[in-house]
Parts: sequence; structure tokens; C-alpha cells
Amino acid sequence: MKWTRKDLLALSEMSAEEIIFVLDTAAEFKDVGRRRLKKVPSLRGKTLVNLFVEASTRTRTSFELAAVRLSADVVNITAGGSSLSKGESLKDTAKNLEALAADLIVLRHSAAGASRFLAARLGAGVINAGDGSHEHPTQGLLDVFTIRERLGRIEGVKVGIVGDIRFSRVARSDIQALTKLGAEVTLIGPPTLVPREFGRLGVRLTDRFDDVLGELDVVNLLRIQHERQKAGHFPGTGEYASLFGLNASRAARLKQGALVMHPGPIHRGIELDGSVADGPHSVILDQVTNGLAVRMAVLYLCGSVPPKEGE
Amino acid sequence: MSNSMNIRGGRVIDPSAGRDAAGDVFIAGGKICAEPAEGGVEVDARGLVVCPGFIDIHVHLREPGHGAKETIETGTRAAAAGGFTSVVAMPNTHPVADHPGIIAWMLERAAEVGVVNVFPTGAITVGAQGEQLAPIGAMAAAGIVAVTDDGRCVQNHEVMRRAAEYCGMFGLPMFDHCQDASLAGPEAMMHEGYWSTMLGLPGWPRMAEEIIVARDAMLAEATGTRIHCQHLSSGGSVRLLREARLRGVPLSGEVCPHHIALTDESVRDYDTDFKMNPPLREQADIDALLEGIADGTIEVLATDHAPHAIYEKEVEFAAAPFGIVGLETAVGLFCSILLHQKGVLALPELIAMLTANPARLVGLDRGTLSIGAPGDVTLLDPDREWTVDRSTFASKARNTPFHGWELKGRAVRTVVGGRTAWEVGV
Repeated sequence: MKWTRKDLLALSEMSAEEIIFVLDTAAEFKDVGRRRLKKVPSLRGKTLVNLFVEASTRTRTSFELAAVRLSADVVNITAGGSSLSKGESLKDTAKNLEALAADLIVLRHSAAGASRFLAARLGAGVINAGDGSHEHPTQGLLDVFTIRERLGRIEGVKVGIVGDIRFSRVARSDIQALTKLGAEVTLIGPPTLVPREFGRLGVRLTDRFDDVLGELDVVNLLRIQHERQKAGHFPGTGEYASLFGLNASRAARLKQGALVMHPGPIHRGIELDGSVADGPHSVILDQVTNGLAVRMAVLYLCGSVPPKEGE
Repeated sequence: MSNSMNIRGGRVIDPSAGRDAAGDVFIAGGKICAEPAEGGVEVDARGLVVCPGFIDIHVHLREPGHGAKETIETGTRAAAAGGFTSVVAMPNTHPVADHPGIIAWMLERAAEVGVVNVFPTGAITVGAQGEQLAPIGAMAAAGIVAVTDDGRCVQNHEVMRRAAEYCGMFGLPMFDHCQDASLAGPEAMMHEGYWSTMLGLPGWPRMAEEIIVARDAMLAEATGTRIHCQHLSSGGSVRLLREARLRGVPLSGEVCPHHIALTDESVRDYDTDFKMNPPLREQADIDALLEGIADGTIEVLATDHAPHAIYEKEVEFAAAPFGIVGLETAVGLFCSILLHQKGVLALPELIAMLTANPARLVGLDRGTLSIGAPGDVTLLDPDREWTVDRSTFASKARNTPFHGWELKGRAVRTVVGGRTAWEVGV
């Protein structure tokens, strides 16, 4: 297929064919990472700006490494050290970056829709590295990449996503990618964190982890954010862990060959016991490795589309 | 310029008198009169509807304090361009209109630069903080027509109850932006439902509005003070309002064009021109609002004209202020939806909801063509087709979700006190 997107904003707007195309491209780039010389000239001469208006270490590092391996020039901007902290608008910041001839902007932002806002106003390509509670498309892509790599397929795979679905951009991107590729998705958590509206996407919802645990091929655990507890979504991490944590006794009931995933950072002892995170089911570090390949693919594909005329 | 006018040959619709007949309307010295005014401006109204000037009881003129968004001058020009001869101004200015001095300033400014009549409201509480009663009596003496903490619904029921009792002394109605702050948390920015879930935008549920409508029904019943529920968005609110009114409770409600024209799906591209408070809800809510309009549960139509500067709206969805402009598109939208598309109202009923009904709510001697009334008249072409072009707005602001919409029905001349305040271009 011919790739035509200059931006990667949300998996909700992508077709299954496009998603598979990214995965196949990522598989080729993964081989590059195994070479002694881990660099290709695909984006030589292009400038990539990592604009991280919200804190992130692993995603920013992953994008930076991906860009470096594609031979792009990389500039990192974080909110604390930028004009954004002095009250400059996102639009003006972006226009300035464009005036400096940035080709690609990787945006992490606390506001849902921020990357769409930028993409609509810039000729440069915009890659969404997480926008509020909306989407984190490269995480969704690396998750399905990892499942496909390990299990050989996505279609018909039974995937459970556990935890803070309501506020999770990872969950939204995972749900989009998995359902488009034919997986059977179950969302697991207390009703306060699992909005029933997701049912319209053809996923199953349950608050009984133990009832479904044994049938899952993949268990994807989301980080529980402590601020949710303050807002009254659950009474405490102890009760949460007892109901929804993947501890050793639950892990013992997993299917043979089932995958345990987590987008990180992990809260050991809350959503996931240390022994399980480091155990035989865990593919958590594969996810990190694959994230690099997926981001190389995304940057390569979007960076190769000619920019549209600026407004 | 003469403030006398002879408007001849139109279809005269005056719901306050049950009048709907071909005829003439005469204005002498700024007042409606029975005989042609000598030397009055002659206006040919053949093919047009001649009705009392429209009254919008929910307008944010933004002055004092927010002149970058709108001024009394530009806001009243926008009103005239939309067919409105009178506007009721909300008190969420800066400083808040919670004091007779600010009311007096607004009236003075409106007399200097306003092209339509301006009737201020005063805040219920000092600074609209929801705690200490504002000097309602002094503001009543200064000329307010209602009290409201619009945008900052009084959360303390005891404060609201005492305010309602106190307003009874002055016969002032209370306007309430019905919203429970705990259910509509500080992060909420759209209707809670499928689209908020998909878009990752915190939503607020219908019950945030309905709980306060229910409270206001109880307070209105207990105190006898008229409480008017502003810009209803939820179908459940209509049911609560209907039930209260059937029992004779002095509770009323209004509906704005956007809440019957758009649903929450409109937010899907994070366009901040669809960010308003209360939020756009679902088709079932639209259906319930239309039913409430059709059966008389809702008797007033308003705009919630909420201008903002472009730079304020052209930001991330979370960072944008709530609200859209409405004065210049409302009549076209109401005619298109209520008359032409849905057929829920006959033309005289629609006109009543823009004239006699709001006038009665706030105690104005307007919204009527009876002899001696102020010469405020709107000439309406309910079948005129036009396209919304925000670049032509008289308002300072451009924040409308209706740019490019093709509408049917438009005011073509707005007459205030016997003088033409605005006339449509050819």
C-alpha cells in the first residue's frame, strides 16, 4: 500500500491495512537494531523536534533513539525549559518551530486533541506521543506488534486490559488497534474506571478479573494512577491490588504461553507483582525494544510524505 | 433622524394580542400608535412579517472588563443584526455586576453607544462567589431586571433559598445556570457519554444539570419566587420542569439554538467552537427539548451569546473558554429548525417565545405592538434563505460553530424606538 499520512494522530482514524503496514515496516527496522552498526540514512537531513509538554522519559528517549537511528537531527524541548512555561501558546510555539524548518514534531501533551490541533495548523508532520486521556498511538502499535511477534497473529487472540481504562490513552489506542485487527478484547476493572460506553466498540466489560483470567492469551496491565484514588475512583491501592492486581497466585492460573504486558512505569505490588513482571509470561521489555522499531517505522513513513503547504 | 415610522402592508403578528393579520404598524415619537405618523419614515413590508422586536434574555456583552471579547457597542450591533431590539445582559463582567454602581455604568454606556435596549441583571451573591448576598435591593433600584450568578451556579442551597426569599420583596426573577459543581468537576469540558469516552475528554453528566433543576423547583415552590432555568440541555430537565409547571410552581426554562442544532458528536475534531457550557448532548436530549418547546414546557428562546477573542479559542480544547456567539444566527436557526425542519411550532408561537414570553418573564413593557408601547419592531422574512458568514458579523467575536450553514428565515430590519437600528443588505 501507499502511505499518505504526514501525521500519526490516533489509531481510531487508521484502517487495519495501515496498521499492518506500520507493523511490517517496523519488523524490517527491528533487524536494523540487531546490527553492529545500528543506523540507516532514511531521514538524513531532516529535523525532528521532540516537544514534550508533559513529563515523559521512556517515550521521549524511544523517539529520540528512533530518530537518531534514522539519521535525523533531533532537538528535545520539554515544557519546564521552554517558552510554553512563559505563557506562549502551543500554536505560537509550533509556528516558531516550523519557521526553524522542523520536518517532524513529536508531541506529548496533557490536553486531549493537542496533536490534532497542531497537525491542522502545520505543514510539518505531527506524531502524537500521547495526548491527555485520548490516545498514545505508537504504544498501541508496539503492543500489537509484540503480540503478533510472540503469538504469530492478532485475530482471535483474547486480550484482557486491566485497570484505569477511563483515563488511559494507552487503553484507547490498544482497543482501537486490537479490535481493528480482530482480537477479542475484555476490559477489566471497577466500574468507576471502566466506562460502559466502550461496549459500543464491540469489547466486553467485566469487573470480575478471576472469572476471565484463565481464558486470556494476553493480560495487559495499566498503571494505576494515585490521583484517581484521591478522586474517589477506588478506596485504596490495597483493595485495588487484591481485586485486580496480577499477583503470583493469579499468575499461576494463566494459560500456558499467555503474555503479560505493561506499558510502564510499573508499580510493583499494586497492579503487578515483581515476580510476575520478571517471570516467564512477561514481555514487558520486549515492548520497550519493539517500541523503538515501531517508532522508527512511524517516523520513516510520516517523514517521507511531502509536507503540505503551510497555512 | 425621525423616530416615527409607518410600516405598511405586512403580515402583522403580535402574540401579546393574539393578532395575526395583514395590516400596518405605526410609530410616532418612538411609541406604537393607532394612526399613520405624519412625516414618519415609510417602510414597505409587503411579503414580510411585522412583529414586536425580539428580546434575548441571555446575552454576555462582556463590558466592563472584557472589551477584547465584545463591547456594549459591538454586542448591541450584533443584537440588531440578529433582529433583537432588547437584550438582557449577564453580570459575569469584570468586576462582576454585583453593585448598583456597575449597573448604573452599564446603563449609561448602553445609552451612549448601544443600538438596542440593554437591561442588566445583577449577581445573586457578591462577586458571584455563592456566599454573601449581593445588594439586590440597591441593584433593583438601579434598574436590574433579574438576578443571576450565571456561569457560577450557587451551590449552597441555603444561600439560594435565602436569595429566593429576598428577591420576593422586589418581584425579581432569578436566573439559574443549573449545574452541580461536584458532578461537573473543574476538568469537565463536554457531555459525558460515548464521545467524551472516545475523545478522552472529561465529561459531565446530565444529572449535574437535572439535580439543580430539581432543587430550583423545590425552592421556587417553597418561596414563590420565579426561578428561570437557563439554557437547558438535558432531556431530564424538561421532564422535571414539566412536572413542576403542571403543579403551578413558578419555574420556567429557556433553550438555545445550539442545544437543538448539534450533538456531542460535533466535538470529535476537538474544534473549540463546539465547546460550550452546558455542553452539546445527544439526539434524545434534542428530541426532549423540542417536545418541551412544542408543548409549552419551555416558553422562552435565548442565545447565551458568549463572545470570545480568536486567540482565546484557538488553543487546546482543554484550555479554551466555554461559549459561542449566538445573536446573529439565532433567528435563522430557530426558524430553520422549529418552523421548517421539525415543524414543532407555528410562526406566531415562535414569535411569542422571542417577544411576549421573555418580556413577561422579566417584566418589560415590550414584546408587544399595543398602542403606547415602545416602538420596537422586527421585520422578519421567515422564508429568506441565507448562508452564515462569520466574517460579516457585527459582533467582535467569530466563535460560531455555524459558519457556512445554510439557514432559512432571517430578520431583515430591526426597529428600536421607531428608528431603524439595522437593515439587511441586498
